[in-house]
Amino acid sequence: MRITQGCFSFLPDLTDDEILTQIQYCLDNGWAVNIEFTDDPHPRNTYWEMWGLPMFDLHDAKGVLMELNACRKIYGDRYIRLSAFDSSQGWESVRISFIVNRPKNEEGFRLDRMNAQGRLQRYATRAYAADRPEGKRYG
Amino acid sequence: MNDAAEPARGAPPSIDLANEFARSGVGPVLQQLDDELVGLAPVKQRIREIAALLLVDRVRAKFGLALQPPTLHMSFTGNPGTGKTTVASRMAEILHKLGYVRRGHLIAVTRDDLVGQYIGHTAPKTKEVLKKAMGGVLFIDEAYYLYRQENERDYGQEAIEILLQVMENNRDDLVVILAGYADKMDRFFHSNPGFRSRVAHHIDFPDYTDEDLLAISEKMLASLNYKLSVKARQALAEYIPLRRAQPLFANARSIRNALDRARLRHANRLFAAKGQELTFDELTTIEAQDIRQSRVFRPREAGR
Repeated sequence: MRITQGCFSFLPDLTDDEILTQIQYCLDNGWAVNIEFTDDPHPRNTYWEMWGLPMFDLHDAKGVLMELNACRKIYGDRYIRLSAFDSSQGWESVRISFIVNRPKNEEGFRLDRMNAQGRLQRYATRAYAADRPEGKRYG
Repeated sequence: MNDAAEPARGAPPSIDLANEFARSGVGPVLQQLDDELVGLAPVKQRIREIAALLLVDRVRAKFGLALQPPTLHMSFTGNPGTGKTTVASRMAEILHKLGYVRRGHLIAVTRDDLVGQYIGHTAPKTKEVLKKAMGGVLFIDEAYYLYRQENERDYGQEAIEILLQVMENNRDDLVVILAGYADKMDRFFHSNPGFRSRVAHHIDFPDYTDEDLLAISEKMLASLNYKLSVKARQALAEYIPLRRAQPLFANARSIRNALDRARLRHANRLFAAKGQELTFDELTTIEAQDIRQSRVFRPREAGR
């Protein structure tokens, strides 16, 4: 099951050229681009690991792509996303975030039901990948 | 039915080079280079050649001819104050207009910006700088300090290796310009053959002649809304050869410093004569006495 988080996730995977165009848009707006990766696909997992520091003062998208390729080389079997942070007053938050790399097989989620007091049902989704220890979840 | 020698479909049968030149917008930049930079004939010549090559390449691309983007890494050698940094920033603009680099900004760095202080510090630091320079020009001033022969464990070597790698792999993403004094650069290239072969253009910046320096000083003053009186011009013309004979002469930089001091004296003179109404002319004209007070004119005492 293909996970859909952030921008463009209902589209086919972006090519490197398309990624470059998006990054350039971010840089032209003066946002700092950041690379993050994780192997826990759950939508509530907001703590992705950072690949280096956010990149400030860049002019050209190629610099980000260079880092992204370095990240793919090591964590190519995980989810990698780019996010761009707008530091201008009033925003001070992430303006765009999109996935640029996915594992080959996305196994998807299982729905757990649990009986609680009375006839109450509680639900939880759990990624099949999360059954395995971190770092061994994909590939 | 299509002949192999035919140009690619949709390509125009012929292209007017002059028209292409006019549209590239590089003409005004080259003209500006001619107007604003005095002397430096070999440098201007080389820049014009590079511009011509890139332009012709662009036209060739329209015909679908084989195209290998040329290597444009350069090394600028020359004495202090011969305009290396100024030309580098112009270079970024020219290359941008010709579409060789995408952004056309200049990142000027020295050893401190590239080389770290402890193990594992250098690589991220160098990469950081390279990322910032992507799509533009990376200007490494006094590049020979990157390599310290006497210290085998110097981290400069690591920076050099990363630089070389990026210069090779990202040739169409950035242009690296190394600058420094001629003799030291020679030694640097000698001990780093990798650099020598990856740097295609070695441009030597000649020293300025006395007339060049006089023209430069008038341009500098004009940009600050000053002018020289006739006598002051005479004094400056005498000043330049005298200053050149002294140690630590740094071409245009020495002249700029001399002019800064002349402006100080000019301001001081106006201030000392307070009580008078100042005219526009007095405010903008540097007189001979402002220049002749320089230490250079005093014999036997010339210190700096």
